[in-house]
Amino acid sequence: MFNSLFQNPMRLLFGAVILLVILSQSLAIVPEDKQALILRFGEIERTVNRYKPNEEFGRSGAGLVLRVPFTDGIQYIDKRILGVNMERQQVLSTDQQRLQVDAFARFRITNPVRMYTAIRTEDKLQAQLATILGSSLRNELGKRTFATLLSPERGAVMDNIQVALNREAQKYGAEIIDVRIKRADLPEGATLEAAYNRMRTARQQEAISIRAEGQKEAQIIRGSADGEAARIYAASFGKDPEFYDFYRAMQSYRQTFLGENNQGGTSIIMSPDNEYLKRFSGG
Amino acid sequence: MNDKIDGSMDRRSPRGLRQFFDSISQMANSPWGSPGKGDDDGKGDGKRPGPRNPWVTPDPADQRRAQKPRGPSALDELLRKGRGGFGGGGSGGGSQFDFGDSAKLWKWVVLALVVAWVLFSSFHIVPPEKEGVITRLGSYSRTVGPGVKLTWPAPIERIRLEDVRAIRTMAIGSPNATDENFVLTRDQSIVDLAYEVRWSVRDPELFFFQLADPEGTIREVAESAMRATVANFDLVQAIGPGRVEIEAQVQQRMQELLNQYRAGVMIQGIAIRQVDPPSQVDEAFKEVTAARQERESAINLARAYQQQVLERARGDTSAFDQIYAQYQLAPEVTRKRLYYETMENVLSNVDKTVVEARGVTPYLPLNEVQRRIPATPPAAATKGGE
Repeated sequence: MFNSLFQNPMRLLFGAVILLVILSQSLAIVPEDKQALILRFGEIERTVNRYKPNEEFGRSGAGLVLRVPFTDGIQYIDKRILGVNMERQQVLSTDQQRLQVDAFARFRITNPVRMYTAIRTEDKLQAQLATILGSSLRNELGKRTFATLLSPERGAVMDNIQVALNREAQKYGAEIIDVRIKRADLPEGATLEAAYNRMRTARQQEAISIRAEGQKEAQIIRGSADGEAARIYAASFGKDPEFYDFYRAMQSYRQTFLGENNQGGTSIIMSPDNEYLKRFSGG
Repeated sequence: MNDKIDGSMDRRSPRGLRQFFDSISQMANSPWGSPGKGDDDGKGDGKRPGPRNPWVTPDPADQRRAQKPRGPSALDELLRKGRGGFGGGGSGGGSQFDFGDSAKLWKWVVLALVVAWVLFSSFHIVPPEKEGVITRLGSYSRTVGPGVKLTWPAPIERIRLEDVRAIRTMAIGSPNATDENFVLTRDQSIVDLAYEVRWSVRDPELFFFQLADPEGTIREVAESAMRATVANFDLVQAIGPGRVEIEAQVQQRMQELLNQYRAGVMIQGIAIRQVDPPSQVDEAFKEVTAARQERESAINLARAYQQQVLERARGDTSAFDQIYAQYQLAPEVTRKRLYYETMENVLSNVDKTVVEARGVTPYLPLNEVQRRIPATPPAAATKGGE
């Protein structure tokens, strides 16, 4: 029988195909990044490559799996960290400020059996978690003031949300690794305009105070210059006030009677009694 | 063909490679090689091929023969020989012989395909900047560095290459005003922020197996870290001196988060390309800049005044000091000299009228005098002033 089988290429091919089908039905490959459920007539028979914390790759149970042909089905479930992106939400803080929040969560399916029985597919689970994330975010942020949402205290808020979300996620065999606010923006319209206005007025205030400061500094500089000059004059002229009076008077006469460029134009009527003329009269 | 491959192996050829190849060719034989035996002698029992079977694992005699022909005709030659060999040592009847031609050709083609498949799926060249992650039947086996690497053929072991040297950049936000990426600061102001994340793969196996969407994760982590960090800075710090600090903090935050995810990703750096107030309040910010300039110019003018006044004072006092030094040596003479010099200087340049008798002043032709100096008021003239 074997003889004739091997002599006929078509039969050989046929045999190979049958062999392949049987092999593919009795063997399955579970990749490193997937968990697998072996389903016998739809019942979960066992799990392969289930997630364990801190496992080493290559020793996690991934690889070739034997199963009963035509009886056992295999269902793959992602083992990697998956993401949930929440739809943009408007949150109202306790002080009635509105905030647009984008958040995301990272989770991993830790109990594939529970996940499969509760919700079947990763997609459905993601959708479900997104909804839960949205509501727990609104609940938690609604208890806080606007300023808290921006402050470093936000870390505590996120932790609370993570705990709440995790509680729900466990029911689906998933574990929340991390919840973060990605964006927290002021909503368009009045709130945003008000914020702009505040920023604008803050800048204007700054501009005015800077100008005033400039004026002040200029005045101080001028004043100190005048003071310093007075000190210099006093130090010098104070040595002999009487002579200074005379010296300065002389300077002053020149300045007064001659003007800037020695141009006369002044008429002086002098009496012979004048001090200057007294030698004239032989006195 | 087998022989040729063996030859080429020998050229590169550490012993390990040769052994490895042997094991591959044995594997390759297992489904397809045995039919050959069956064809030949109808038993298919022996591990080693029969002496007259030229197309499976080479017999030394065949090898010698096969090495003679080279070039494109080698396969034809082999086929011819194979057929000849079969004919010569053939133990089969007429019906077997009818199948012989087409069946053998077909087997050769299959064998060639198998060999090619084994070759292509077991030899891998890992480029210098990459690392290869090898999975055996889906399970992580090992990570290999650059060079020529051997694996089991395709369905058994697979290799996935990942660039571990390249530093990749991911731009977030946009430097043009069209797409604003608003971030809130601690004082609840808004800045428009654009930045770049530079990252590389540190552990390719973690990178492949841990995250469903590594790039998306990095982007989200970056956004979250950036916003959390900027929320700790005031507007003025954020757009000015705080930038370096922000970059460092974001990098650290991102790395911590990604390590927590075991993402196998290294954050090389964050570069803030732009951090500006939103365009709606830009005017106000420019006004501040203008005010700063004004302050500077007011101060500059005051400084100029200061220098002027002080230099003048120094000049005046220096002149006085020098005269005074002389005055101290001869007070009376100096005084007289100064007096006469001044009088001389003044009087030589002005119109003078000397009046002898008293009481004449009212009759003087003062109008005449005034006409010559129209600007001078008469009262001043009478006093001899101005």
